Amino acid sequence: MHKPRIRWHIAIFLAPAVLIYTSVMIFPLFNTLRLALFSKVDQERVYVGLENFRTLFFDPIWSEQFWNALGNNFWFFLVHMLVQNPIGIALAALLSHPRLRFAALYRSAIFIPTILSFVIVGFAWKLILSPIWGIAPSMLDAVGLKSLFAPWLGKEEYALTTLAMISVWQFVGIPMMLIYAALLSIPEEMLEAGEIDGVTGFAAFWKIKLPLILPSIGIISILTFVGNFNAFDLIYASQGALAGPDFSTDILGTFMYRTFFGFQLQLGDPHMGSAIAGAMFAIILVGVCLYLFGIQTRMRRYQL
Amino acid sequence: MNTARSNPINAIAMHGALILYTLIALFPVFVILINSFKTRKKIFREPLALPDAESFSLVGYQTVLKQGDFFLYFQNSFIVTVGSLTLILLFGAMAAFALSEYRFRGNMIMGLYLALGIMIPIRIGTVAILEMMVSTGLVNTLWALILVYTAQGLPLAVFILSEFMRQVSDDLKNAGRIDGLSEYTIFFKLVLPLVRPAMATVAVFNMIPIWNDLWFPLILAPAEETKTLTLGSQVFIGQFVTDWNAVLSALSMAILPVLVLYVIFSRQLIRGITSGAVK
Repeated sequence: MHKPRIRWHIAIFLAPAVLIYTSVMIFPLFNTLRLALFSKVDQERVYVGLENFRTLFFDPIWSEQFWNALGNNFWFFLVHMLVQNPIGIALAALLSHPRLRFAALYRSAIFIPTILSFVIVGFAWKLILSPIWGIAPSMLDAVGLKSLFAPWLGKEEYALTTLAMISVWQFVGIPMMLIYAALLSIPEEMLEAGEIDGVTGFAAFWKIKLPLILPSIGIISILTFVGNFNAFDLIYASQGALAGPDFSTDILGTFMYRTFFGFQLQLGDPHMGSAIAGAMFAIILVGVCLYLFGIQTRMRRYQL
Repeated sequence: MNTARSNPINAIAMHGALILYTLIALFPVFVILINSFKTRKKIFREPLALPDAESFSLVGYQTVLKQGDFFLYFQNSFIVTVGSLTLILLFGAMAAFALSEYRFRGNMIMGLYLALGIMIPIRIGTVAILEMMVSTGLVNTLWALILVYTAQGLPLAVFILSEFMRQVSDDLKNAGRIDGLSEYTIFFKLVLPLVRPAMATVAVFNMIPIWNDLWFPLILAPAEETKTLTLGSQVFIGQFVTDWNAVLSALSMAILPVLVLYVIFSRQLIRGITSGAVK
């Protein structure tokens, strides 16, 4: 009945997507990893094996910058996990309340920062927190807390946390929406059954809803992880490529950019840039694998 | 209705919390917008006051329009966003149709291969992408950006669209085949119109990150004539740091287009997220 023939239309349907995806995404990805194994000596590209990675991890000058950026990046991620995701979940829990009025209005308004570009967000907060303009100090003054004010973006000890909080402010809409969607899909009968057993309000949230939305919390965690370890724009827009003050806000994205393009007196080095990209790739890969094999498969999923 | 879940004190507390957070979310945008319409003196003296007849001024906007090429930047952003979305939707839908409609050897592998890019950020490959764009002469052209964003958007587009295409009834497609329609006609005339809502979701998901991206415009197309609005405002603000009127006006001009898009598409976006398209 079936005679073997080539079904050309399948190839034609697939070709454009596969070609663009392969040539612009997958091939450069591997090519970058390959470039990390080379170095430039006297204008010639020579193969140096893992030498660039050795420099990156152990050379005193490079490794200090690398571990600094990596440590900052972990702190950046931790702030998101501890602040952004709980706030997002709390907002979603409030919004999903069945008899809440104006829910759509709140939802749309709280999502607005997420649609703005990092450039807008970075500069807007820079202006607001600026001691010159004085919006932040005068607002703190109004509630009698003026003494708490400091130029947060200019102090080494606060700058990174401040930027992480700005990023949290911007992206809280994403966990809110995803958790909101998950909460809406919980059938009403299940909550009513809980009510009959006397489980309402907060108890209902902790004991019934939270276990049911755990898979969604897993998804927002991995999305946050990938997003944070690939972040660049906000730091660049508000602190510049030098990630000041004194590299205290440097994360892997800005470190890679600076290495690749050079800054001030240092020349750009595509091979070291590739090595940093390789390290970022490895970190993201480990995170995604941990999620896929360690968390997602073990998570209990309930048939709703 | 039971009393346990509709306690008026609870309702007030809930609205209080939500209003508070909404204010936190909107406050910076509000401050930037109102101050962009004020004189320099009033920006500093009364930053939280609305512009009135006395303090109203458009001097910032005049500087921005005179000094920066914002219409060109806007046009570039527009071309890049619309161009990438068109390619993502067209090529993504075609690939999704091939994967969901036909059984062929390697179907599963191809699906997994395309799905890899959902989790791995394309930025990792930047060094080699730049090298490739330089050697093909595409650097500092809008094509470089369109190609990169298309590659970046395709994985999720294929994933979402093939989920939806599996739901299109086989009877419809087979009826078309019996009537002698080609596979291409079936795809373009029967299937595409049916997955329009999913296409809209994919478009809205991709639109905002593409419009807002700073990384690739900065690296692949930093030339004056190819600057996007995001990069253009970044550079402009960097040069005019001390001219607060200009900075605030430039920020407002960058906020407005996305805000307008959001108002038009917010329902689509929220429906897309909450319908579980990304779960």
